[in-house]
Amino acid sequence: MQVPKRFFAVRLLNVIPLLVGLVSPPAMAQAPRPWEMDMQPAFSPMKQGIIDLHNLVLVLITIITLFVGALLVWVCVRYNEKRNPVPSQTSHHTGLEIAWTVIPVLILVVMAIPSFRLIYFLDRTPNPDMTVKVTGHQWYWEYSYPDNGDVDVESRYVHDEDLKPGQLRLLDVDNQLVIPAGKKIRILASSTDVIHSFFIPSLGAQRYAIPGRTIELWLEADKPGVYYGECNQICGQDHSKMPISVHAVTEAEFKTWIEQAKKAASASPEQAPAKSLAKPNVLAAADATGSKEIQR
Amino acid sequence: MAELTHGDDHDHAGYGHAAHGHGAHDHKPGFVQRWLFSTNHKDIGTLYLGFAVIGGTVGGILSEIIRAQLQFPNNHVVTSGQEWNTIITSHGLLMIFFSVMPALIGGFGNWFIPLMIGAPDMAFPRLNNISFWLLPPAFVLICIGLFMGESGSGWTLYPPLSNATFEPGMGMDCTLFALHLAGASSILGAMNFITTIFNMRAPGMTMHKMPLFVWSELVTAFLLVLSIPVLAGAITMLICDRNFGTAFFDPAGGGDPVLFQHLFWFFGHPEVYIMILPGFGIISHVISTFSKKPIFGYLGMVYAMVAIGVVGFVVWAHHMYISGIDVDTRAYFMGATLVIAIPTGVKIFSWIATMWGGSIRFDTPMLWAIGFLFVFTIGGVTGVVCANAGIDEMIHNTYYVVAHFHYVLSVSAVFSIFCGFYYWIGKMSGRQYPEFWGRVHFWMTFVGVNLTFFPQHFLGLAGMPRRYPDYPDAFAGWNYVSSIGAYISGAAFLVFLYVCFRTFTSKEHVADNYWGEGATTLEWTQTSPPAFHSWLELPRIK
Repeated sequence: MQVPKRFFAVRLLNVIPLLVGLVSPPAMAQAPRPWEMDMQPAFSPMKQGIIDLHNLVLVLITIITLFVGALLVWVCVRYNEKRNPVPSQTSHHTGLEIAWTVIPVLILVVMAIPSFRLIYFLDRTPNPDMTVKVTGHQWYWEYSYPDNGDVDVESRYVHDEDLKPGQLRLLDVDNQLVIPAGKKIRILASSTDVIHSFFIPSLGAQRYAIPGRTIELWLEADKPGVYYGECNQICGQDHSKMPISVHAVTEAEFKTWIEQAKKAASASPEQAPAKSLAKPNVLAAADATGSKEIQR
Repeated sequence: MAELTHGDDHDHAGYGHAAHGHGAHDHKPGFVQRWLFSTNHKDIGTLYLGFAVIGGTVGGILSEIIRAQLQFPNNHVVTSGQEWNTIITSHGLLMIFFSVMPALIGGFGNWFIPLMIGAPDMAFPRLNNISFWLLPPAFVLICIGLFMGESGSGWTLYPPLSNATFEPGMGMDCTLFALHLAGASSILGAMNFITTIFNMRAPGMTMHKMPLFVWSELVTAFLLVLSIPVLAGAITMLICDRNFGTAFFDPAGGGDPVLFQHLFWFFGHPEVYIMILPGFGIISHVISTFSKKPIFGYLGMVYAMVAIGVVGFVVWAHHMYISGIDVDTRAYFMGATLVIAIPTGVKIFSWIATMWGGSIRFDTPMLWAIGFLFVFTIGGVTGVVCANAGIDEMIHNTYYVVAHFHYVLSVSAVFSIFCGFYYWIGKMSGRQYPEFWGRVHFWMTFVGVNLTFFPQHFLGLAGMPRRYPDYPDAFAGWNYVSSIGAYISGAAFLVFLYVCFRTFTSKEHVADNYWGEGATTLEWTQTSPPAFHSWLELPRIK
């Protein structure tokens, strides 16, 4: 699958972050960085497509804004009361009116063609290598691997007091979503309670997880690493406390991990392997009782 | 646009001399009769404007709380997530339904539509009264939802979060019922506006001679009449789901949460144009007045607004790009949304062309108008970014969207409100605002809002989700800057209150047309303030 990548302006714009020193050294974990001014770097073909289109659009809107700003400054300087005491009474100019209708149309067409290509590219992957079911809960994520038996992982944020050195507050989780890098992963997103949103900026993926629906999206991590995301649809009091952490590993590592997970699952069918590794915490206990008072 | 003929002696009674010639008619009723049972379009307009200041103050206090909480990561200004969700919900609803709409539509619309079209009052004065008086109870209900801490669904009210399982308190019902009342108020007001504008224009004022502000209110009124009933249907279904066992939006009973999103945004997208179109009208008048030139491309301006209104009804699902709608549907909504950029561009360029060749004065209203052009351009071009369904996968629900809609609504719409205030306060009160403090107000607001909202674009691009009471530490820098901007904007609002105080206690009385040759619409032929009953004899338009 080729990403639309033929924008004349893209190369030019890529220089700008370099100039202002915004390019980070290559890092394992793809999280937001302090004073970030642009999108998180791409680690998937989808995000690369989105960034390329955004760079084109950003150039166009910057030019338009500067043009309008320059016109405003010019009319304020040239046509103020002192310099131009006698106002003209011109109120029509057909050519001008046609021009400022037609030129924006042309700009929009330039923008629209790659835009349409991109949304069809992003939509879904025709031949996925693997499927993962993502279920949103108040307030944790559940990842199950239907191609691999009973493997089922629950993923909760790491409480402030449990953070180990190097772990990121409100981004790191106890159990990550483990996927093989370089493979096309079909994600089926759903929810058991309210609407959540499965959002991973560095992989260019986002869809709502809606109860009663299964929504398809896909992931493909270019290389092994950790890719952070967050719940991005208001879902109750702990909306900001259900981050997503995707751990992309090599295919061999993934095979080892999934085999261990399968074994653990069959050893204790009541409890998913990852759950057994997780620290017992208040949220899990509260969830098991399904009590209403934890919502508020 | 409209010019008066002076051929008929009787016309003089209608403007300027009304207070002398028909002094008996200017008898004002007592306080209760005048303000509680008012049927006078000017008094009702004043009530709306005062109400908008109250709604804006409460909504503004909430925004300062929001920014105080977000100033630092791991902050505890707001103690619980539920409380936080209720605050952001109420902030949105208060600003939209109880500040921007009452000011632009009920306030300036009631005051100036009859004055500008030469009508003695609105077509249905008593309907006008109830339109206003539905709002205060709605406001009380919203505040009940806020103080009970039970309406934490976000202003978009998406079920299941807003249904009885996840938001069981009565406060949520109060909030929903508040929207019913505010919606009924808007529908009644809009019917009144449409009837007045179609039937009560002075002899000779054809539709194509009507001032642009009246056109903008007409288009707005049509959007209200067509969109609010859809909201009313959606929240009625939601109230039934919550209280009467139906399952319109509950998948367990065969319902669909996405149906609510369609219904909500079928209302919600026209709603954003409802909030900005009257502002377009005000800006047109102010730019024309202070450039001392007629508006450039009058017909283009009119039909750009009509086009924005029409196209605004067929773009709603661009709020739902990631709700799992089909890719072809997304392609359509993206194309339709991009089209809106064209009439919007026509308006921006026509305003600049109006200034081109003019003899521009930079009084406070004109500062707000020029500021409007700048911030509206920024909000408009980021709208084009958001319209791209592909890019939107990365910025949907992030602070980029927050920045975008605050640039067009919080900033542009509010700039147009203040623009209208400084332009017309002399006409409405008979007293002039202090020019120096008006400028201080403008510059503080301009710096404050840009400092608040521009960094939010960066936060959104980096992936900070909206409606978060706490965020990963990497987002701390720009959030701090944004909060400082919010405090400056808040201080600017205090300057505005001081401007109001100085204006209303001023001894200086202004002339009928205190802006001079550039102000050509009919309200400038009336005294300042206009007589209690204006246009007792109709003006004739050449």
